[in-house]
Amino acid sequence: MSAHEDNHAHDDHGHHHKETFITKYIFSQDHKMIAKQYLITGTLMGIIGVIMSMMFRIQIAWPEEPNVLFEALLGKWAPDGVMDADIYLALVTIHGTIMVFFVLTAGLSGTFSNLLIPLQIGARDMASGFLNMISYWLFFLSSIIMVSSLFVEAGPAAAGWTIYPPLSALPMAQGGSGMGMTLWLVSMAIFIASSLLGSLNYIVTVINLRTKGMSMTRLPLTIWAFFVTAIIGVVSFPVLLSAALLLIMDRSFGTSFFLSDIFIQGEVLHYQGGSPVLFEHLFWFLGHPEVYIVILPAMGIVSEIMASNSRKPIFGYRAMIASILAIAFLSTIVWGHHMFVSGMNPFLGSVFTFTTLLIAIPSAVKAFNWITTLWKGNLQMNPAMLFSIGFVSTFITGGLTGIILGDSALDINVHDTYFVIAHFHLVMGISALYGMFAGIYHWYPKMFGRMLNKNLGYIHFWITAVCAYGVFFPMHFIGMAGLPRRYYTNTNFPLFDDLANVNVVITIFALIGGIVQIVYLYNFFGSIFFGKKATQNPWRSNTLEWTTPVEHIHGNWPGDIPHVYRWSYDYSKPGHDEDFIPQNIPLKAGEEELQH
Amino acid sequence: MDLTQGTFEEKNNRAKKMMLWFGIISLVMSFAGWTSAFVVSSSRPDWLKDFVLPNAFIISTFVIFLSSITFMLAKKALKANHRKVVALWLIATLILGLVFIYNQFLGFQQIIDLGYNFTGPTSNVTMSYIYLIAVVHILHVVVGLICLLVVIYNHFKQKYGPSKMLGFELAATFWHFIDILWVYLFLFLYFVG
Repeated sequence: MSAHEDNHAHDDHGHHHKETFITKYIFSQDHKMIAKQYLITGTLMGIIGVIMSMMFRIQIAWPEEPNVLFEALLGKWAPDGVMDADIYLALVTIHGTIMVFFVLTAGLSGTFSNLLIPLQIGARDMASGFLNMISYWLFFLSSIIMVSSLFVEAGPAAAGWTIYPPLSALPMAQGGSGMGMTLWLVSMAIFIASSLLGSLNYIVTVINLRTKGMSMTRLPLTIWAFFVTAIIGVVSFPVLLSAALLLIMDRSFGTSFFLSDIFIQGEVLHYQGGSPVLFEHLFWFLGHPEVYIVILPAMGIVSEIMASNSRKPIFGYRAMIASILAIAFLSTIVWGHHMFVSGMNPFLGSVFTFTTLLIAIPSAVKAFNWITTLWKGNLQMNPAMLFSIGFVSTFITGGLTGIILGDSALDINVHDTYFVIAHFHLVMGISALYGMFAGIYHWYPKMFGRMLNKNLGYIHFWITAVCAYGVFFPMHFIGMAGLPRRYYTNTNFPLFDDLANVNVVITIFALIGGIVQIVYLYNFFGSIFFGKKATQNPWRSNTLEWTTPVEHIHGNWPGDIPHVYRWSYDYSKPGHDEDFIPQNIPLKAGEEELQH
Repeated sequence: MDLTQGTFEEKNNRAKKMMLWFGIISLVMSFAGWTSAFVVSSSRPDWLKDFVLPNAFIISTFVIFLSSITFMLAKKALKANHRKVVALWLIATLILGLVFIYNQFLGFQQIIDLGYNFTGPTSNVTMSYIYLIAVVHILHVVVGLICLLVVIYNHFKQKYGPSKMLGFELAATFWHFIDILWVYLFLFLYFVG
């Protein structure tokens, strides 16, 4: 792989090349086009994931009632419109997989790392445009395989997105353990390869290709976040690949890494001595860092948008970087908190409780700094800013329950209930989604050269925000009442009869929240063609991407790459006419760089 | 060192070398996953405690170590611009790589002859781990060999010189990595297994 690469022309000024339709729009090596490809693929996957969540919410609110939507979308899995119990678990599984990996990892990191890293550090493109293209197409291939797994005879993978054995290791265990699970594993293996290639590019580009003057302490926080995210990805994703390979050995070659003595339908299987807890350890060694792979880019995006729209320097720039690094480090030593009820040694549990609660410190530093950045700012309440503020809100709300769940003594009581669902959807699902929306509203002019409609953005934000809390606040209560997650229906347990109405309320909010995304999709796709033309620097921001022309060119800047003379947060600096000073403006005579 | 300085060419070459290093980190992490699973599983009741690695693995360890040295000699010759010597050492490396893979499979056969199975209902988990780790390592050697073939091809096309050897260096780094990786894995399996 490495040897032939230097044969590629080092296309410093690639815009001399004549581009065909195929090299420009399909097999593009230009980071801006790859970013758009990631965004659109991620959006399409997101639509599938959201429709799935609406379907299982309808089932849980009105259990086993016929529904035309099911009949239309699920076919044989909904005889007479009543959802089959097996497909419920499959829907939950694929919803989780799609949202975590395909939307919030590839859709978020893939889009904004690709778009912003070269533009904000002042580089012509990624270090290897070729590998970057391969990375996208592997992602596309894995998306296709994941979607096609929905159509196999015995149904898609159904073991939860964490695919614990034995459900995932024994093809005969249930319908969703067969071909569907095989395709899931193939799809994820390709996804991991794609993610690694992307991450390697992001890391070395940030380290090596910065323009003159762009020291690490002048980088925008977006870049810091993407950079550290990529490092976490390089360290943790391979371990999931290790676990997946062991799992495939158990599935297809009869080994007993994760399987112990087991009966299926009265028949004794030959497996002996293995332990599914080993899989849990390997899985969560990736699985926990994964949630930071999801949330850190959103944090970077929000920091940048908040400073720009508060017209104030970000508060505590170095503390922000330090807390990103601290979160990245801690993320690799807390995985055990997902396994408190797996029979773990209580002392080990207390160690994981300690490391988990430590994460509250850098998280609180960040939340504090965002709020102090807003304090007395000249707030520009555009949709990007609203979503950023929404991010801080849901991150705090969800983070607080993290302190409860991180404590083994408390967690055991609410383990595998809707309390957990509420926690992680708020703190990483909704938050990261808000971060992504904020980024899209903010950088849409950079991506497509046109503006998104502001009023539609307001409608999108406020209805989404109300619905998100409407869905996930009540889940805390039904979780504390003991309602288990992933159950197809709770009608067999009279204990939960009182909670049925709460589930109806949640579902109504979920349906409204899901449907209002059509407003966003209309705005997104419509504005590509009919949006107002963007000016070069519509938000009056300091970062380098706004010094490039509106029309995309290969190589980003028509002439020389601008040099950098200051950090990216010189907003409202005293002694200047404008309330922003782009990074490429030299210091005035006698002006000092802010001690940040 | 200020990494923002330098020409585009310098920056990009540096980036590509570094990309391989970070790639190596991620490969190390996947082997760390398997070896730590190995350590965790070694407390199982059905774990083989008195097993001795086959002789072929010892030979292959020497072979791959030797192949690293031949690659180094090739690089040295390239720096001195002795083109024919370079070709000689590169081909020696290629042959040693193939001998290594042959020996690994010989080792698998020796284990099977002892009455252990890697997969299937009669398999033993210790052997399954050794097999999996060794096979995945062989896959890396195959990738290394492909890189080596590309390097040999480019060398005959006269694409390298004392001042232009990025592709050559990348292949060498990867080859040394798979060498060190196997030596580590061998010692790990020898002392921990």
